Amino acid sequence: MATVDTVLEHEHDVQQGDAWDGGKEPFKVSYGKLMMWYFLLSDAFTFAGFLIAYGALRFSSPTWPVPDFVFSTAPFGIHHAPLIFVTFMSFLLIISSVTMVRAVQEGHRENKNGVVFWMILTIIGGLGFLGCQAWEWTNLIGTEHMTVSTNPFGTHLVNGEYLDDDHGHSYKDGEARETFKAGSSYLIHKDHDTGQWLQRRYIAEDGTTGVQAFGPKAFGGLFFFITGFHGFHVFSGVVFLIIIAMNAASGLYVKRRNGYEMVEKIGLYWHFVDLVWVFVFLVFYLL
Amino acid sequence: MANDVMTKTTQEEDVLIQELGYDDHFHEHHEGDKYQSNFITTYIFSQDHKMIAKQFLITGMFWGFVGGLMSLIFRLQLGFPEESLAWLKPMLGKWIQVNDAGIGTLAPDFYYALVTMHGTILVFFVLTAGLSGTFSNLLIPLQVGARDMASPLLNMFSYWFFFLAGVIMFASLFVSTGPFSGGWTAYPPLSALPQANSGSGAGMTLWLVSLTLFVVSVLLGGINYITTVLNLRTKGMTMWRLPLTIWAFFITAVIGLLSFPVLVSAFLLLMFDRSLGTSFYLSEIFTGGQALDFAGGSPVLYQHLFWFLGHPEVYIIILPAMGIVSEVLSVHSRKPVFGYKAMVYSILAIAFLSFIVWAHHMFMSGVNPFISNFFVIFTLIIAVPSAVKVFNWIATLYGGNIRFNSASLFGIGFVSMFISGGLTGIFLGNSAIDIQMHDTYFVVAHFHIVMGVAAFFGMFAGIYNWYPKMYGRFMNETLGRIHFWGTLIGAYAIFWPMHYLGMAGVPRRYYSFDSFDAFKHFAGMNKFITIAAILVFAVQVIFIINFFYSIWKGKKMTTRNPWGASTLEWTTPVETGHGNWPGNIPTVQRWPYDYGKDGREFISQVEPLSEQEKKAGVNH
Repeated sequence: MATVDTVLEHEHDVQQGDAWDGGKEPFKVSYGKLMMWYFLLSDAFTFAGFLIAYGALRFSSPTWPVPDFVFSTAPFGIHHAPLIFVTFMSFLLIISSVTMVRAVQEGHRENKNGVVFWMILTIIGGLGFLGCQAWEWTNLIGTEHMTVSTNPFGTHLVNGEYLDDDHGHSYKDGEARETFKAGSSYLIHKDHDTGQWLQRRYIAEDGTTGVQAFGPKAFGGLFFFITGFHGFHVFSGVVFLIIIAMNAASGLYVKRRNGYEMVEKIGLYWHFVDLVWVFVFLVFYLL
Repeated sequence: MANDVMTKTTQEEDVLIQELGYDDHFHEHHEGDKYQSNFITTYIFSQDHKMIAKQFLITGMFWGFVGGLMSLIFRLQLGFPEESLAWLKPMLGKWIQVNDAGIGTLAPDFYYALVTMHGTILVFFVLTAGLSGTFSNLLIPLQVGARDMASPLLNMFSYWFFFLAGVIMFASLFVSTGPFSGGWTAYPPLSALPQANSGSGAGMTLWLVSLTLFVVSVLLGGINYITTVLNLRTKGMTMWRLPLTIWAFFITAVIGLLSFPVLVSAFLLLMFDRSLGTSFYLSEIFTGGQALDFAGGSPVLYQHLFWFLGHPEVYIIILPAMGIVSEVLSVHSRKPVFGYKAMVYSILAIAFLSFIVWAHHMFMSGVNPFISNFFVIFTLIIAVPSAVKVFNWIATLYGGNIRFNSASLFGIGFVSMFISGGLTGIFLGNSAIDIQMHDTYFVVAHFHIVMGVAAFFGMFAGIYNWYPKMYGRFMNETLGRIHFWGTLIGAYAIFWPMHYLGMAGVPRRYYSFDSFDAFKHFAGMNKFITIAAILVFAVQVIFIINFFYSIWKGKKMTTRNPWGASTLEWTTPVETGHGNWPGNIPTVQRWPYDYGKDGREFISQVEPLSEQEKKAGVNH
């Protein structure tokens, strides 16, 4: 790694020396920070590619699951609480950005203990977010049986009433049938014992009958792909945060006397991942 | 008086570098020796930009040879469909089917695999890595006055990711189902369904992995190039004093940084479709009479994502060649490049426009014809900055005291090729004409001339010009000229007739035209093209021999600035060590194109402005 350090030192000399009188100094940042910015720019284009794919597939689909219906479960048996859980996990991630800002600030003050303290809080925030995502995925896959290729969250296209009850059995004569309106959402359940999908039969206003159709396949694929790709970024970020926090704690950056620049660089990455989540949150949970 | 107009000697330059140069204490660290101390750190896992440049170049030449050879094999099939190819059996094995009469024919599946691999290899491995990888690495630190790249470590990784991508792609040639055969653009469903074709299985998986690693290589390199150009310029090297080569490499890296990530997006979604059963690109589809469980995907989505890279990619290929040619033509016509700022602005304009024209590859893919209008307009507007560059090259040559050598000949040949290919681009950019022309040999002719052959010409100009900087020796001039004339005449002989084939509607990618009455009478033309292709390939072999022979046996470079060039790379010693300059880093006092000024042949960038120049208000 000698070279990297050498060039870094060279950079340092060039920028701090008085010798610079060749007109405007090119960029008053170190090469490492510039590279991080360029990497983030390229990564932004990768995410943009995914979100454009999301838009293209979503708007070519006649229906799309309603987020308030899909994401309405939270741990400890909480149901019918639209977006509560994802609000909590987003809050964790946003707060971890705030603690990251504090870590960078303490770095500029060359305060080792402050850097380590705030970085640990950031790591906790990141891990908390990942934990929440793990629970959300477990719930979607294990309980609600959504996969990359199957989407049980459907939407009614017509008004009508069900011929089967919630457990897949036909309503008995005289029993009140459940009705539904066009545009309302439903979740197709799986039978616990047989593993069969329980697609309820219905009769529409115009007298035609049918069974609950699965929702657009693209929803499941895109959801797991994009939130997974983002989650992988968060995971990598946590790994790097841990490494850099350990380096900071060991006093490595004290010697460099560059205001804990590594902390600042991973901070750039962390804020970027946060910013991406804002867009992911927007398209999957709000729109 | 006579003394006054003489060109400054190298000793005088050295004094200037020492007196005006900037002492960065580089040589006090001795780190150069530390990490270039043995064979492995010097030649294999080198972090020196000059060695990495040579690695890129030689790897690129290997791939150029392989890719070219593939084109010969499928040209044999097209030119001589009746002849027996049984003699290729020892090399190609089961891909040559020999019948009872002993007549060998190329397996149709393998024909498609060859075409696909030829495209992939040439576009990515040769003309992206081999061209911009080589010269960005060689020239950026040398011409901006830096010790090395911003991060030599990432630079080394950039090469090794490329190498790994190459190993995987090479391995895919040997899997039993063959390499990927669905075209270099890898459109779904051929690329998304492993059962679609024999090459769509393991071959496609390896193709995807290889190209994903390749993108990593491009991004590592590109981030480095951009940062080095912006941040490591020496004192006095303002952006408007950068040689046009550096402008071209810089903008190329920016384009790559913004477009390759989108290709990764496309590839990752494709991988999911292939292996996890998602339906991003696949809609209701049948194979072998069986309905597959896909719904709602869009193959056109892949095409959008792909061409969002794919179109900028052609500028990633051609811009470095343009930069090299600008420099080479100026140096060898002993004149300042004509319209320096116009050249820079046209590079910027081309780069910007390259991002908003991608759907001109998809006029016939079912995109909305009204959207096509938008893409037609911007496509045609690209002709403006391109024409500015062409006129500037011609004006640079005009009235110059041209030294006709291999480097400048290839530079001039580049201009010729770029004009010929560029004009047909205006045909194809029209969505109405494209209805007739798309997927015909007209397209093949167009893009081979304008971004294939032209980019190769730029690359050859660069190799002949900077070979002395790389190896301290010259390449053989006679062989170089044979190489030039053989390639120029041969390339036109290959691709000119293809325009006629295309206008007659002959579709590209077809294995054989025997069974079509409409195309039968082109058999003679196809034969002619194949013979020309064989000759051009033979001439490239001469180049390769010349290249490797000259490394050890070429004429030695005795002075460090053989071309009388004013840029910084020629102020380094003949044996350029790590850190490039033995003492101080030179500071830059003037722009890079002071040729034939004040009665002097050239004025090096390290020389301060004279009193007259200052009085005249020279500020570049």
